[in-house]
Amino acid sequence: MDKDFPIFQVMDQNGNIVSEEYKDLVTEERVKKFYAEMVRIRTLDRKSVSLQRQGRIGTYAPFEGQEASQVGTAVALESDDWMFPTYRDHGAAMVFGHSLRNILLFWNGRNEGCVPPDGKKIFPPAIPIATQIPHAAGAAFAEKQKGTKNAAICYFGDGATSEGDFHEGLNFASVFKSPVVYFCQNNQYAISVPISKQMNSATIAQKALAYDIPGVRIDGNDVFAVFVETEKALDRARNGQGPTLIEAMTWRYGSHTTADDASKYRDQGESVMKRLETDPLLRLERWMKNEGIFDEAWVKEIEEQAATEIDAAVQEMESFPAADPAVIFDYVFEKPTWTIEKQKREYLELIGGEA
Amino acid sequence: MMNTALQTKTLTLVQAITDGLDTMLGESKEVILLGEDIGKNGGVFRATDGLQEKYGEDRVIDTPLSEAGFVGAAIGMAVNGFRPVVEIQFLGFIYPAYEQIMTHASRLRMRTMGHFTVPMVIRAPYGAGVRAPEIHCDSTESLFTHMPGMKVVCPSNAYDAKGLMIAAIEDPDPVLFLEPMRSYRSSRDEVPEGKYTVEIGKGKKLTEGEDVTVIAWGAMVPVAMKAAQDMKEKGVECEVLDLRTLYPIDKDLVIESVQKTGRTVIVHEAHATGGTGSDLISLINDEAFLYQKAPAARVTGYDTPVPYFGFEDHYLPTPRRVAAAIEKVMKF
Repeated sequence: MDKDFPIFQVMDQNGNIVSEEYKDLVTEERVKKFYAEMVRIRTLDRKSVSLQRQGRIGTYAPFEGQEASQVGTAVALESDDWMFPTYRDHGAAMVFGHSLRNILLFWNGRNEGCVPPDGKKIFPPAIPIATQIPHAAGAAFAEKQKGTKNAAICYFGDGATSEGDFHEGLNFASVFKSPVVYFCQNNQYAISVPISKQMNSATIAQKALAYDIPGVRIDGNDVFAVFVETEKALDRARNGQGPTLIEAMTWRYGSHTTADDASKYRDQGESVMKRLETDPLLRLERWMKNEGIFDEAWVKEIEEQAATEIDAAVQEMESFPAADPAVIFDYVFEKPTWTIEKQKREYLELIGGEA
Repeated sequence: MMNTALQTKTLTLVQAITDGLDTMLGESKEVILLGEDIGKNGGVFRATDGLQEKYGEDRVIDTPLSEAGFVGAAIGMAVNGFRPVVEIQFLGFIYPAYEQIMTHASRLRMRTMGHFTVPMVIRAPYGAGVRAPEIHCDSTESLFTHMPGMKVVCPSNAYDAKGLMIAAIEDPDPVLFLEPMRSYRSSRDEVPEGKYTVEIGKGKKLTEGEDVTVIAWGAMVPVAMKAAQDMKEKGVECEVLDLRTLYPIDKDLVIESVQKTGRTVIVHEAHATGGTGSDLISLINDEAFLYQKAPAARVTGYDTPVPYFGFEDHYLPTPRRVAAAIEKVMKF
């Protein structure tokens, strides 16, 4: 079955173009744009791990290694499209225009972090696995009902494909031709469980056959392959052809979260090798070197820009007003019920206005 | 209660639900129905009879057999401008969708501080007494009253069913709409044509009485009424309250009545432990403790699974059991 779903690449790990069809797509401008976005989100990711270690945010789920999958998809979206991320997709959300401060607030235990900027249709990160898959089917269906050309992208991992909601969501979307792109980042581990124990299938992409929708497998560390297949899937969605399942082969270098230790269940030497061999940023650097346009000073400059941007967001997050206990009570219903009003009044009286 | 309707028609409870759905489908393109067999078949209880023909396949949607899938999809639709009304064929089949309701429908507003909201109605026939197969008879409303962010309503008659349905569809938050299948066709009421609402969170006093407050909802209302009638012949005046909304409970109605009578009997077919009866007793404890002449009594289904229908007459509260509880609180 893996032969029926070959891994599509535009650029191999050495920075060579392997797809004649898309070679014109790989311009210096695009390479630099994608590279700069990947630097931005990697900087956020590393900063967040460091903030967690210092106790300045809560438990954090790192995505380092998966930058190409997140950037390649996010840049393919139109601004009116929907995004349904998981807790490991804030890189994609950031590129799509989420507030950096709010992303950090989410990781610091604040509801404010789930509020996207005005007009940005970014759902709060899915925490229970695969539950966002039916949501995306429904939100995309609603766009179709309204007669728009807007589509949705829905992210999930390899483990999610074992959940009932994955199958129910894909089935619903396929029956009703919802304009949605189902984007699986197969990083080959669901916390500690490897893909070989997750499923008997050779690929995730083949699961699309069951729903008679297009299924493709791509190199998730090749930002151009991600971009090309996401755009194609979005085009199909906008043209009434329904959902697509994309399986992007990738790898997380770090642990599942900062509360996890990956060395307990896998050889982290493999992550070291993957960093050297298949890293999404190194791949673009190699292309630039092959082209003779790699500019160390430019790289330094965009790294500094990213650091400045993220430091500013950290400062905004840390100077954000302290948690107002009223928030707990005020957003359960549009108008609080009497039980909630009573509980709020009694608690606020007890603490006498001290937050 | 808002009432702009003039004409009335005589409808069963299930027909009144159809009428409420019809009224709202006609009023707003945002209203959209989803569920298994609700289209051509009109639902297994015919609650959506004729609506697909009238409003089309893209507004009255036969879904795959997939409770989590279509409830989840309806959440996506609700967030994106629609007001979905989903039918769960029987409350006992809602459990695959429980995660979607608990982790998303009920808390998206809170998670996003009102940025994303879920104005959705989940309809579910519930309860025993119709000799249905196992699992088709569950009465697990407390799983949802315990769930922050959900409102739970349960009409006992056709007038309330239509008014509550319209109120539920117009509500900005998710509402579980429980339909007593035992009462679907057991009686008929005069129901106004057109649009009117019964306010969510408001119960109704059905009889005036000085001696005992009897609280019931859904299919237990006729049982409570029969017991009250039987006790009247023995000189005990019961004040029967139809709670109509299980969350949020109509505190004022309950408290005013139990402060007057000082005696309470609560009737529900759901299991006793963790049931809404416990919430009512807590409320009485908080707000009317010193008025009590006897401990509040409960007549409920037992802490057993709802049995096969061969035993259901032994499981369900009966007028005899309710009358015995009324006598007990009178004699305390």
